Amino acid sequence: MASVVVAFTLGGRPVEVLTSPLATLQQVLRGQLGRTSVKDGCRQGGCGSCTVLVDGEPVVSCLLPVQEVAGRAVTTLEDLTPVEGLSRVQRAFLDANGFQCGYCTPGMELATEALLTRNPSPSRAEIEDALSGNVCRCTGYEPILAAVEAAAAAARGEDVR
Amino acid sequence: MTAGLSVVGEPLPRYDGIGHVTGQTRFTDDLAFPGMLHLKVVRSPLHHARVRGVDLSEAERVPGFVRALTHADVPHNVYTILGLIGVEPEEEFVLAEDRVRYMGEPIVAVLAETEAAANDAVARVRLDLEELPAVLDMEEALQPDAPVVTHWGNNTFMYEGWPCRRIRYGDVEAGFAQADHIVEGEYRTSPIEHAPVEPTGAIAVPEPGGRYAVHTNTQALYFSLDNTAIILQVQPNRLHFVGGTVGGGFGGKVDVIVEPLATLGAMRTGRPVRYVFSRQEEMQVSSTRAAETIRIRDGVMADGTIVARQVTNYFDCGAYSRQTPYSITKFAANAAGPYTIPNVHVDAYCVYTNRTPSSAMRGFGVTMGHFAVEVQMDKIAERCGLDPWTVRFRNAHRNGDVKPHRKVTADATLIETMQAAARLVGHELPPELAAMTSAPRDGQEGGR
Repeated sequence: MASVVVAFTLGGRPVEVLTSPLATLQQVLRGQLGRTSVKDGCRQGGCGSCTVLVDGEPVVSCLLPVQEVAGRAVTTLEDLTPVEGLSRVQRAFLDANGFQCGYCTPGMELATEALLTRNPSPSRAEIEDALSGNVCRCTGYEPILAAVEAAAAAARGEDVR
Repeated sequence: MTAGLSVVGEPLPRYDGIGHVTGQTRFTDDLAFPGMLHLKVVRSPLHHARVRGVDLSEAERVPGFVRALTHADVPHNVYTILGLIGVEPEEEFVLAEDRVRYMGEPIVAVLAETEAAANDAVARVRLDLEELPAVLDMEEALQPDAPVVTHWGNNTFMYEGWPCRRIRYGDVEAGFAQADHIVEGEYRTSPIEHAPVEPTGAIAVPEPGGRYAVHTNTQALYFSLDNTAIILQVQPNRLHFVGGTVGGGFGGKVDVIVEPLATLGAMRTGRPVRYVFSRQEEMQVSSTRAAETIRIRDGVMADGTIVARQVTNYFDCGAYSRQTPYSITKFAANAAGPYTIPNVHVDAYCVYTNRTPSSAMRGFGVTMGHFAVEVQMDKIAERCGLDPWTVRFRNAHRNGDVKPHRKVTADATLIETMQAAARLVGHELPPELAAMTSAPRDGQEGGR
């Protein structure tokens, strides 16, 4: 099968990749563009560890053919990590111990970013719904939910603790 | 209490936290090396079969195919993970020889330039298998006419010549004769998959000077190194294992499965070799927590005191025992729970079947036993018409008590822990229980 060229923006910068037309966005981000915060837990849309933002919406990149993002804006956790220090969501996850092994964490944080962009004051039920596609086998989820609540409070200018 | 200490009592951020929240932590499969090959495994589609032949001719024609590995390539093909601590016999095949004993058992490894080519080649390996009767149930496996799973002869692991791990402490029959009540229970648990989000994997990289760097997400770095050295018959100093970052383990990453084949592939090709489980392999082939059938018979006095306990436990280790013999020893040592019982009799069997091998999982042989023991405590309370707290306090380990495996209790805290738990849940304990401590029983230096 002949390779194809796919153009999109990654973290706001234009990129072009030459790839198999069957390649997933996950394969291109991990294998060609070095975005290893995009994890590889199941390749069947079941774990959410490969979550990225496409035009601001969280998607599981393992199920998305890369050709589907032509002309669209892709964001991975690398793009939201400041050169110095941490983003508000990262700070909240760190302070609340919203992680244990760290493997699901990038996906959890991107799902959180998307949630807080569209809903700055989510209820506990809305947080659970927004993270329902992301599996964590270590924490039991409670510290992750607390981290999201803390990130939302920080974004509203409230005291995180 | 913490004066002069800089860490104890102080909350500190985790040293790996920044890496985790920024996605910068490097997990095994985030690494890539120039010229890296991909290893995939041809697995048995049957629970139990004779391997009559393997035909690689079609697989070898797949573009990107580099080579295959069979059992003939493995220097020491039959091993036992716990051989390092003296467990015998060697029983598990790195790659199957003339027989497969569980669905998913590795038969041939394929090395290819890309993962897609490796998968394609695996799909084109032709197996000639003769299906054999399988035994998938522990009680059936213990029947005299059951199909024999092991290559060495019977379906139970042998402990110093016995078909089970045994504890004989006191005289249970005398205890039962003296008891006011006999309380019996049978508890069955299912296999459980650890399901870490990060699949099991390793990447072996040839280094100058004949060494191999092996990047792995094992939970047992040096255990894996030593087993790999045995399987490949090389000095351990030729293996440089790099690990410590595990994307979820829970005991599921202590078996030595991916490292030996990845390293062998690197030795035979001179190139880096990546062997990472697919999600399907992680769920269906990686080991599970053992299924258990636990039978408990307790002799109990009217005041709730347990005077005798007889336990029989069957652990389903699947086709190979892996870490299960050790789990069973831990089970046996804990079969009385955190309770002092003067007469205890334990027979704990490691039973081979044609199921996926089971191995370590959180609690390592003890968790399911404690589930059974604690349900049993509630049954005892019900039979005696007592509060469940009272039964637990009256039987709790006290310092100086002797446990069935002859260890003297020196650090008992169950009573104080239960008192703290009662306070936390707002449960008011009766004065008898509130006044108890783990101090040695009155007038008994050596316990009861």
